[in-house]
Amino acid sequence: MTMRYVYLLAALLTAAGVSIFAYKWQVLGFPLTDDQETPAWTVETSVHFDAGPGPIKASLQIPTLTPGFGTSEEYSVSRNYGFSVNYVSGGRQAQWTVRRTAGQQTLYYRIVVYEDRNSDSSDTTPPFPLPPVINEPLKTAVDVIVNDVREHSADAASFTAELLRVVNSPSPASSVDLLLAEVHSPLEFVKMMTTVLAAARIPARIIRGLELQDRMRQTNLIPWLEIHDGVRWRFFDPRSGTENLPNHFLIWCRGDDALVQVDGGTNVEARFAVQKNFIDSMAVAEQRAKVRQSALVDFSLASLPIQTQAVYSVLLMIPIGALIMVLMRNLVGIDAFGTFMPVLIALSFRETQLFWGLVLFTLLVALGLSIRFLLERLRLLLVPRLSAVLIVVVLLMLVISIVSHKMGMETGLSVALFPMVIIAMTIERMSVVWEERGPADAIRGGTGSLVVAAVAYLAMGMNWLEHIITSFPELLLVVLAVVILLGRYTGYRLTELVRFKALAGD
Amino acid sequence: MLNAARNLRKRGVLGVNERNAQMIMKYNPRHLYPRVDNKVLTKELALTAGMAVPELYGLIGHQSELRNLSKIIGERDSFVIKPAHGSGGDGIIVVTGRSARKRECFRLASGVLVMESELQYHTSNVVGGQYSLGGNPDTALVEYCVEFDPIFAEVSYQGVPDIRVIVYRGYPVMAMVRLPTRMSGGKANLHQGAVGAGIDLGTGRTLGGVLDNAVVDEHPDTGALIAGLQIPGWNFILESAARGLEVTGLGYLGVDIVIDRHHGPLILEMNARPGLNIQIANCMGLSGRIARVDKIQGDAAAPDARAKFARREFSATSSLS
Repeated sequence: MTMRYVYLLAALLTAAGVSIFAYKWQVLGFPLTDDQETPAWTVETSVHFDAGPGPIKASLQIPTLTPGFGTSEEYSVSRNYGFSVNYVSGGRQAQWTVRRTAGQQTLYYRIVVYEDRNSDSSDTTPPFPLPPVINEPLKTAVDVIVNDVREHSADAASFTAELLRVVNSPSPASSVDLLLAEVHSPLEFVKMMTTVLAAARIPARIIRGLELQDRMRQTNLIPWLEIHDGVRWRFFDPRSGTENLPNHFLIWCRGDDALVQVDGGTNVEARFAVQKNFIDSMAVAEQRAKVRQSALVDFSLASLPIQTQAVYSVLLMIPIGALIMVLMRNLVGIDAFGTFMPVLIALSFRETQLFWGLVLFTLLVALGLSIRFLLERLRLLLVPRLSAVLIVVVLLMLVISIVSHKMGMETGLSVALFPMVIIAMTIERMSVVWEERGPADAIRGGTGSLVVAAVAYLAMGMNWLEHIITSFPELLLVVLAVVILLGRYTGYRLTELVRFKALAGD
Repeated sequence: MLNAARNLRKRGVLGVNERNAQMIMKYNPRHLYPRVDNKVLTKELALTAGMAVPELYGLIGHQSELRNLSKIIGERDSFVIKPAHGSGGDGIIVVTGRSARKRECFRLASGVLVMESELQYHTSNVVGGQYSLGGNPDTALVEYCVEFDPIFAEVSYQGVPDIRVIVYRGYPVMAMVRLPTRMSGGKANLHQGAVGAGIDLGTGRTLGGVLDNAVVDEHPDTGALIAGLQIPGWNFILESAARGLEVTGLGYLGVDIVIDRHHGPLILEMNARPGLNIQIANCMGLSGRIARVDKIQGDAAAPDARAKFARREFSATSSLS
């Protein structure tokens, strides 16, 4: 009966721990290793112009909805200018203002984006466009094309595809020639397409974006065609007519408003530069969780002040040490002083590193033991004797630190980080065992403690494990489940196999 | 490795984890521990139950009472000082006599001579809690020093050999005698090098001996044969041990008994967490016998009936062995 509860509890704890872990890992994209990085692009827009005599108001269209990308950060570099981000009909707009300035001006806007497949592109459903007012003879050409294309299509998407095929045909009809007579740039081409689509009562708009690649010094926005089929927005390559978006296509702005507009300036020019770099996946995951307003992250370790986080990165590893302790005690059967003393010793090894930790610890305990035996002759009462050992331990630590410093070995300084109470207790426990059960037992217990401490230190010191535990503290629930299960382990300990060898034979 | 574990399982060897989870946690409720952990209390309870225990000379419960030590000792030549909450034989000093020329000099079991001041210092350590769990202040007992029965003279080196009986739910299931050696410093502790010899529950005769997990036929110091010794008053010993259940209420119990030359078997102490070395001394696992006891149906039997059951079922010649 009890066993059933134990299994049930362990299963519940594991399920809870693993499911939170899986959610954070798979959905929020928390990285499993701490060196994992997500590719990110820094896009820099520089706006150049010559300042006129009056006040300057410069506005730049900036990304609003970016399907396939998440925004990590954005900022502007522009001395002396007031900066604000406004929402206008086409999306967001960065605005710089200054009362008085002179000479050539450069304003920078930087945005760092990372790829995020889950990034939502939800956008409002537009109303049906009004029939555009088109003058003759263009109107006739548009009517001819619309009628022709409508004949050969079934819905908005196929209409668009057919339209693009017709206008891009190598031997265009005369109506197409007429239509494209005044079109001189890809942007104007896409704009003309939206006009034709509007005539067919299909909502369409121009989108302009960047095909992100590493190190693009000078690049320009590529116009693309976006139509709404009544359900969602769809993207069309205006040249080939295929429905797609280029790889790594960052949608910069929508609509045919001018990208940049400077009131009070002349010779306006906007340039784009792209730089690919890598940012910490952890930061990306937290950013993503923030966007989703996930409570898991709100209440996570990362929401604590950095200093407290540092403390917890140590504290959270103690359960791992305790697990090692359980394994060593109940599965292996190693004798050690105290229940958690080895874990505490292991914690102090963090500062000294393993080798020096072992050396210094052994040295201190050995010296302390000899002092303790000297004190034994004085026949002190228990508490004064313990205090005397403690004082001697402090002095010994000081001596070791000074001597090693004079000898130029800085590792000796770290001896000060040992919890001296632990050392004093170890000395006392060891000396009692030494007297009562002989040196063999005392040394066995001491060695056992050090072995357990060393294993615990190695386990607690594993960087990937520390990263996993600090980013997924819920996994400690799984550790708890394992410890609970081990609590009901009734099999033999490893050392018992040796101990009862005589019984196993024949 | 798995093979070794399987072999042990087949031989019914009880492991520490299983003992803790299945015996101690199930049958030994925590609140009854003081009855065995506090030797003063154990002694009182055992006396009330009509069991024989070594005579108590006096108690020292406080540092200020230390000066009573010499009054308690009086003119006695032999006595034992032990902590009420000691474990594993720690903190016990056995005084076997006095120096012939200097009466104020005490001779310890090991032959070392000490002054009364040293006894006082030791007692002060005991009272200060050096040997008690968690270093809590403790009480020191001064009691009768057992003069062991000559039956064991040939097979022990100094110290007092004692008999350990494991009592499971009131039924004695296994017993051994622990014989001190030079290596164990006169202590009857297998862990420190004493020889353990299994006892046939049916007859009270010793079986072969074990030293450090290896089978030995002779005592390493005296060379005497270990097997075949008849322990006197065996029936009484088993009944006393069985009564341990009524005295302590603990279902898994180790009862330590010494045989005194003058007073016969005396209960020395009881243990709520008896060790598992007894299996080695008997070359046999405990699990089979425990399972046999668990199979018993019906009402609780009286201690003498339980002792009889043990003699019948767990004798070396019975089917279970």
